[in-house]
Amino acid sequence: MTELHTDYMQEGKAPTFYLEEEHHPEGSTMLGFWLYLMSDCLIFAVLFATHAVLGRNYAAGPSPADLFDLPLVAVNTSMLLFSSITYGFAMLQVERYEKKATLFWMAVTALFGIAFVSLELYEFAHMIHEGAGPQRSAFLSSFFTLVGTHGLHVTSGIIWMFVLMAQVAKHGLIPENKRRLMCLSMFWHFLDVVWIGVFSFVYLMGVLG
Amino acid sequence: MPAFLKFTRRVALLPPLLLLASCNMVVMAPSGDIAAQQRDLIVISTVLMLLIIVPVIFLTFLFAWRYRRTNTAATYDPEWHHSTALEVVIWSAPLAIIIALGAVTWISTHKLDPYRPLDRLDAARPVPADTKPLTVEVVALDWKWLFFYPDQGIATVNELTAPVDVPIDFKITASSVMNSFYVPALAGQVYAMPGMQTRLHAVINRPGEYEGFSANYSGDGFSHMRFKFHGVDQQGFDAWVARVKAQGTALNRDGYLKLEKPSEREPVRYFATVEAGLYEAILNLCATPGKMCMHEMMHIDAMGGAGKESAENRERLEYDNRHALGEGAPAATHPATGTPARSQEEPQGTDGANETMQHEMPGMGGHEGHSMPDGDGDPAPPQLNH
Amino acid sequence: MFSDTDLLKFVFGRLTLEAIPYHEPILVATFVAVAVGGIGLVGLITYYRFWGTLWRDWLTSVDHKKIGIMYVILALVMLLRGFADAIMMRLQQAMAFGGSEGYLPPHHYDQVFTAHGVIMIFFMAMPFVTGLMNFVVPLQIGARDVSFPFLNNFSFWMTTAGAIIIMLSLFVGEFARTGWLAYPPLSGADYSPGVGVDYYIWGLQVAGIGTTLSGINLIATIVKMRAPGMTMMKMPVFTWTSLCTNVLIVATFPVLTATLALLTLDRYAGTNFFTNDLGGNPMMYVNLIWIWGHPEVYILILPAFGIFSEVVATFCGKRLFGYASMVYATVVITILSYIVWLHHFFTMGSGASVNAFFGITTMIISIPTGAKMFNWLFTMYRGRIRYEVPMLWTVGFMVTFVIGGMTGVLLAVPPADFVLHNSLFLIAHFHNVIIGGVVFGLMAGVVYWFPKAFGFRLDPFWGKISFWFWLTGFYFAFMPLYVLGLMGVTRRVSQFEDPSLQIWFVIAAFGAFLIALGILSMLIQLVVSFIKREELRDTTGDPWDARTLEWSTSSPPPDYNFAFTPVVHDQDSWWDMKKRGHSRPVGGFKPIHMPRNTGTGVILGAISVVFAFGMVWYMWWLAGLAFLAMVVIAIGHTFNYDRDFYIPANVITQTEGKRTELLASEV
Repeated sequence: MTELHTDYMQEGKAPTFYLEEEHHPEGSTMLGFWLYLMSDCLIFAVLFATHAVLGRNYAAGPSPADLFDLPLVAVNTSMLLFSSITYGFAMLQVERYEKKATLFWMAVTALFGIAFVSLELYEFAHMIHEGAGPQRSAFLSSFFTLVGTHGLHVTSGIIWMFVLMAQVAKHGLIPENKRRLMCLSMFWHFLDVVWIGVFSFVYLMGVLG
Repeated sequence: MPAFLKFTRRVALLPPLLLLASCNMVVMAPSGDIAAQQRDLIVISTVLMLLIIVPVIFLTFLFAWRYRRTNTAATYDPEWHHSTALEVVIWSAPLAIIIALGAVTWISTHKLDPYRPLDRLDAARPVPADTKPLTVEVVALDWKWLFFYPDQGIATVNELTAPVDVPIDFKITASSVMNSFYVPALAGQVYAMPGMQTRLHAVINRPGEYEGFSANYSGDGFSHMRFKFHGVDQQGFDAWVARVKAQGTALNRDGYLKLEKPSEREPVRYFATVEAGLYEAILNLCATPGKMCMHEMMHIDAMGGAGKESAENRERLEYDNRHALGEGAPAATHPATGTPARSQEEPQGTDGANETMQHEMPGMGGHEGHSMPDGDGDPAPPQLNH
Repeated sequence: MFSDTDLLKFVFGRLTLEAIPYHEPILVATFVAVAVGGIGLVGLITYYRFWGTLWRDWLTSVDHKKIGIMYVILALVMLLRGFADAIMMRLQQAMAFGGSEGYLPPHHYDQVFTAHGVIMIFFMAMPFVTGLMNFVVPLQIGARDVSFPFLNNFSFWMTTAGAIIIMLSLFVGEFARTGWLAYPPLSGADYSPGVGVDYYIWGLQVAGIGTTLSGINLIATIVKMRAPGMTMMKMPVFTWTSLCTNVLIVATFPVLTATLALLTLDRYAGTNFFTNDLGGNPMMYVNLIWIWGHPEVYILILPAFGIFSEVVATFCGKRLFGYASMVYATVVITILSYIVWLHHFFTMGSGASVNAFFGITTMIISIPTGAKMFNWLFTMYRGRIRYEVPMLWTVGFMVTFVIGGMTGVLLAVPPADFVLHNSLFLIAHFHNVIIGGVVFGLMAGVVYWFPKAFGFRLDPFWGKISFWFWLTGFYFAFMPLYVLGLMGVTRRVSQFEDPSLQIWFVIAAFGAFLIALGILSMLIQLVVSFIKREELRDTTGDPWDARTLEWSTSSPPPDYNFAFTPVVHDQDSWWDMKKRGHSRPVGGFKPIHMPRNTGTGVILGAISVVFAFGMVWYMWWLAGLAFLAMVVIAIGHTFNYDRDFYIPANVITQTEGKRTELLASEV
């Protein structure tokens, strides 16, 4: 709106103090959701920092090398990576206003997400069964909390996915729903990025480092 | 108007200022060299800052008075809002002060680092070359202080004595929660934390009886977690050690574990002998027989942990179990959640030492020396080598 | 099989009759007073048939102005509670000498000081600041509401829910006995097994969600919703400080949330983050909590700085001196506030270099702060100062705050901190900056914006009385604490041995009594002003001859704030409009798009209280049900697509017409 200002400055006209037209500020949702993601990112940052501090306090107990099944985690990681790709396909269909294809790719994404969470739960159950539960040592406390928090996020993402599928099915690809799909997209890819951090810092560096 | 009222308020504050002169500000008039240097630092920093604070306050009153609305004689310039020269001044004046203060801070923080051994007894005297510092191991318990004198082989509760002009090397830890070891006349405080050791080097220059206490809130009995610190001459110190040895009882692990239970307003107690390695065990959270010591755990961890088959290690490492050991599930509110003060059920005479002696004697001999879990087999499991 | 006790345990968790503190006369009396007051309030609302209005126009409102007002009301109520705690402490410390235990046993006293700190920071200062930002910022930037109006309502109710959870601990169970930051291991399951710390955790977690979301909301609002022409460097200073504060909120409250979540896991799930044993590290909690805690004090003080900037410019009748350096100072403080946290625990045994680094970064903050002080000073220079009540608070602040700033820098020198840390000197310091800075600022803000919110000014006589009681009370209450700190007296002690200390505590208690009179005068001021509201009526919308856009609207502003969005050409845009002769549009109104009220926020807030109660008392079924209900309601809310409506043009014409008449009658 500097234009208005320069108009006034250059031409010496009486300044405009009120906008005649309705003012339509650009949408804040993406910015707001981005800010939310950053705040969520800080929660993960604290959990990562905690893991960095406590990650080697095994309390004379098992260490990552004793516990982590890297091939399983690799499979799990691929589930999440695939789910990000399929969500990308869903968003491409959104741009083409292909409701059915959108729903299809969302369902695929949700399935990959469910597979991810299930594998994680299996891993947790296995560890707890071996006596390596979150109460065993500070390392395991921080491991379960960091990975578990991520898992909870994925779970909420899946629930959100189903809710949104219902809404898309009901109302179609209206602007509100497109906006929501965009938010979920950001959320989902964000979780992917966090997981890459978890995979590298917790699993890989835990076992190899 | 407000300026005048403020002035009268200042005048009204004068009587308290007179009161000030009569009170004992131990922080401003300490008796130990470290605390004295810390006091000097307070004075220097305050004076440095007053260089800018006083003009600001003065200008506030001046402008507030001069530019009041009723004073139409004063210049009124509603559009004056920028002056590069003034901006430079208002940023650089505080900057200059902070540069000076920052330099003072950097130097003094290193010089007065509590971990750094002393190099002087006071402003005039360096530490003589052959001086052997007095070592005191301090343990903050719920809610009393336990002092070990490893060189003298004695220990005391709630009484600290040191010879004047001899550097003291404090090693500080705690048994349950965080406390802060503080004798204002001697030196600044340092936290006392369980499973960790902090250090403090200090020296007392004037004989006398001084207050010591915990400066970090630690629960119910915190208010009375106080002790007396006696600065005495060398003969006085030797006599005191002899008295402790004559009057005191023995302190072993069993006795310590009883002492460690929460209690308030503990009387002074003397221990003539101390079981070897007790302080180390307290520091490593393994005073209780059968527990694994922290340093052992850290060693195992550094070697890559003890593998999956190490469940028994967990039990041997459990420490925060005061309430788990109590009867029944922990209740929700006070008094059930409180930690009963043992001193109430155990009336103490002026000479508490003899009474505790009776408690402790039977336990003696049960846990001689390092009761480290040699019976439990090799604490470091086979995985150690991988 | 289920025995009776098992069933009782299942239904009530660890809640028993013992948990009701009927054996504490102080609490019983408080409960009776609260109950009588509550019944009276309900009676009045019923008598005046106010329930419908209350629900439709207030509780479910998404209007930022009403939400802002509700935040401030919450803050004032909690101020009374927090201040009652303060008076109790002052009395106890003035009494408990020479063997006397005073009237508060340690387990009660310890709850009182914990509650005082928690309530004053989280439920007095925070809602107060958030309330003023909520009310003022959209008006100052020429917006019709915040970016996310429903979220705003939800945030408010989460904050209120947190406050209710904390207040519940007064009558059901007990509060934490750990100090306001609940350092472990003391706050761990083993050393504080009761419900106190759990109330603390859930109260803060629930309120923290509200605070974070409100921070996000206000950042988005300031970044995206400014009126055309209002570039960043033309934003009012209060909006600037609000922006920085909300950036700090979004960048720190998640740290608090995560840290408390870890403490929660330690307490509920037996993990070992902050335990002494099994590899836990209590020092990590201390670091994490202060990474939140230090920026928190700037979250509180920055908006106060903004208020003073607005007030000083308005009442000096002069443009703010050094706008740009004010803005840069604010931004510098925002950034620096992240790298100073360690100064809260120099005594934890960090090395000298680490301590010196954090000491010096702390001191550096005093440079921009000092620059701000000079900016206000030179705004007064060659001004024409009207000593209305907000200006009195500002001058009081300038004199008081520099003393607190000075003692703060003193505490930043690590070796000096070794002797002053945790002492009453520290207590005096932070009350000096929080009362002298934050509270004075909020008081100035309330008096300043009250006519905008309610259409009439506050009675200046009682305002001045209140100010002078507060100011003198502050000095009487806290200067003795500086002295006591230098006498080596530590905080959180409830009984003393040295009789020479007593006189200072008595003076401090007298000061607290003066502050009590200040608060009382403030309440009287509200009542008197309400009675004299016709006399104090603001018909112009601009009672102070002020400078920023909120004063271009009527008092109180219409629901839609601005019939036409203003166009900004300069800082102090309303001043610019007045100076260059704008003409208020009186016709050609168009329908205005507005968000619809919703009850979802208040319902979710209420259920979160139930959830927290279930968690505190181990009533797992209740907590589970409540959580499920929250999820279902939240999802249900997303299925509602009908969230907005248009205010028809004729309604706007009518509203604006009334204002035209009012303005005409003024001349």
